[in-house]
Amino acid sequence: MSVSKDDIANVAKLARIHIDAEQSSTVTDGINEILSLVDKMQQADTANIKPLANPHDAVARLRADEVTAINERDKLMSNAPDADSGLFLVPKVIE
Amino acid sequence: MHQQTIKQLQQGLRAKAFSATELTQHYLTRINKLDSQLNSFITITDELALKQAAAADKTLAAGGDLHALCGIPIAHKDIFCTEGIRTSCGSKMLDNFIAPYNASIIENFNGAGAITLGKTNMDEFAMGSSNETSFYGPVKNPWDTARVPGGSSGGSAASVAAFLAPAATASDTGGSIRQPAALCGLTGLKPTYGAVSRFGMIAFASSLDQAGPMARTAEDAAILMNTLAGFDEKDSTSMPREKEDYTAKLNDSLKGLRIGLPKEFFSDDLDNDIAKLVNNAVKELEKAGAIIKEISLPNSEYSVPAYYVIAPAEASANLQRFDGVRYGHRCDNPHDLMDMYCRTRAEGFGDEVKRRILVGTYALSAGFYDAYYNQAQKIRRLIKNDFIAAFNDVDVILSPTSPSPAFKIGEKTNDPVQMYLEDIYTIAVNLAGLPALSVPCGLKDNLPVGLQLIGNAFDDARILNVAHQFQQLTDWHKKSANFATEL
Repeated sequence: MSVSKDDIANVAKLARIHIDAEQSSTVTDGINEILSLVDKMQQADTANIKPLANPHDAVARLRADEVTAINERDKLMSNAPDADSGLFLVPKVIE
Repeated sequence: MHQQTIKQLQQGLRAKAFSATELTQHYLTRINKLDSQLNSFITITDELALKQAAAADKTLAAGGDLHALCGIPIAHKDIFCTEGIRTSCGSKMLDNFIAPYNASIIENFNGAGAITLGKTNMDEFAMGSSNETSFYGPVKNPWDTARVPGGSSGGSAASVAAFLAPAATASDTGGSIRQPAALCGLTGLKPTYGAVSRFGMIAFASSLDQAGPMARTAEDAAILMNTLAGFDEKDSTSMPREKEDYTAKLNDSLKGLRIGLPKEFFSDDLDNDIAKLVNNAVKELEKAGAIIKEISLPNSEYSVPAYYVIAPAEASANLQRFDGVRYGHRCDNPHDLMDMYCRTRAEGFGDEVKRRILVGTYALSAGFYDAYYNQAQKIRRLIKNDFIAAFNDVDVILSPTSPSPAFKIGEKTNDPVQMYLEDIYTIAVNLAGLPALSVPCGLKDNLPVGLQLIGNAFDDARILNVAHQFQQLTDWHKKSANFATEL
C-alpha cells in the first residue's frame, strides 16, 4: 500500500502537525518507504492467531479507589506556557 | 579512579582510598574538560552531584549497613524525570521542561546514596539508532569521533565508554540499550518487560519500553539492577514480584547450560568478521561447558515490519500529550487552538519523530487498523510463540547484537529504512518482552563488536551469569577507547 500527498495531509491533520507545502513530497516519500518495509507483514500467515498487546498477556493492574495523591497543583503547573489562577490558558475557543 | 568498575569504586570508598566528593569531583572535571569532544551530556548537574557526594561521605563515615551504590556517580539518560532539573528527552519540545517530580528509578538511586552527574544525550524521544536525531546535536563515539555511538541511548553509552561516568541508566524500546552498548564496547541490559518501573520515564511505545543499566561489566550491570528493578505501584505494567538479587547467580558454572543459536540470525547476510567474532565467543562458552544447539525463530523476518507499526502507533498516542497547553514548547502568536496545536507540534518535534507520529496515526486510522495494527499484533504473538518453543530446548539464546560496528556520522541519516535495520537482531526481544543484553566480543577495525544474549522472561539473572562468566574468560570488555588515559 502507498499513500498520496493528500492522504498525508489528512493524516497530518489528525495528528495535529502542520506540514509546509514544500515539505509535503519529502514527507510523503519517507512514509511510503516505511510502508513498503511494513508491507512484508502481509506475507505472514496469521489465521487464528490472537493479537498480543502486552508481552506477558497481562492486563492493567487496578488499584483500590482511594485518595493517595497530595495536592501539587501549583508545582505541576509550573511548566505551563500560560496559566492563571490554576487554569491553563489557551487561545480563545468560543466567540 | 575513572578506569575502575563500580565494584572496585565501592571497595575504594569503603577503604577510604578516596571520598565520594573526590570521586565525584574527578568525574565532573573529566566531563567539563572532555565532553565538548563527544556531546554525551545535555545537562551537567555539578551542584546537585557535589551535594549528594557530601551526603554520601557522611553516610560512608557512619559506616554500618551501606548500600552498594552509596557514593557511586551515575549518569542518567535524559528520558528520566529528575525533579528540579531539565528533562528534555532530546527534544526541542521539552527544552524548557523542568520535571516537577522524580522517576521511580531516580528515587531508587537517590535513596541508595548514588550521585547524579548529569543527564545524557539521546535520540529525540528515543527514536533513532545513531543519536543523530537529538535536538542537542549528535553524540560522537569515543572509539572514533567521526562515528556514531549508536542510539537511542548514545549519550549514556559514550559517557561510560569515555570514562566520564562509571555507569549510566538507559532505556530500550527496540535496541536502544543493547546497540549503543555494542557500538561503544559496553555491557548493556534490557531487562524483562515489567521488571523495572517506567513511572517518570517519558513514554515512547508503552508495550515495548523498558529501562536498564549500561556498565563496563556484567557484574556492574547486576549491581545496578538490584537498585533499578522491583515492583512499583505507580507503574500499571510493573510486575508484582519478590525482590530479586541479580548478583546471586553470577558465579554459577556454565556446565550443561544449553545455548541456542538462531539460524535466521547467522544467515549469509551476516558480516563475515562479526560472524567470526561471535563464533569465537561461542567456542569460549562451549569450552566452559555450555552445550550449543542450533534453533529456529522462523518469524523473525517479520519483527522489524511489525515493530515499525506497533512502535509508531503507540508513539502517536503517547506523544499526543505534547500540545503546547500544559508544558513544553508553545508556538508564538497562535490565532486559534487548532493553529496552536499544529504549529507547536511542527516546531517542537524533529523530522524523525514527526515521521513516526504520522506513520502511527495512519496505521491506527479508520479502514487501515486491521491491515496494519491488528496484523502487527498477531505477528507479535507468532514471534513470542517462536521464543516459547525455543526456550523448551535451550536456556539462553545467543546472536550478534548489531549487523555492523559503529558507522560514520551522517552515513544513514537520509535513509530511515537502513537505519531501522540496525535493530534487526534486537527488536524481536522487545516484541516478546524478554530480557537481553549485549557484551563486547571483539574488535573489527578497532571498533567494538557486541554479542547478544537473550533469556526467558524474568531470567535476567541467568543472562547476567553467562555474560559474567564470559568476561572471566575473555578481556574484550577491558579494551577501552582513547579517552581512558586522558586526565
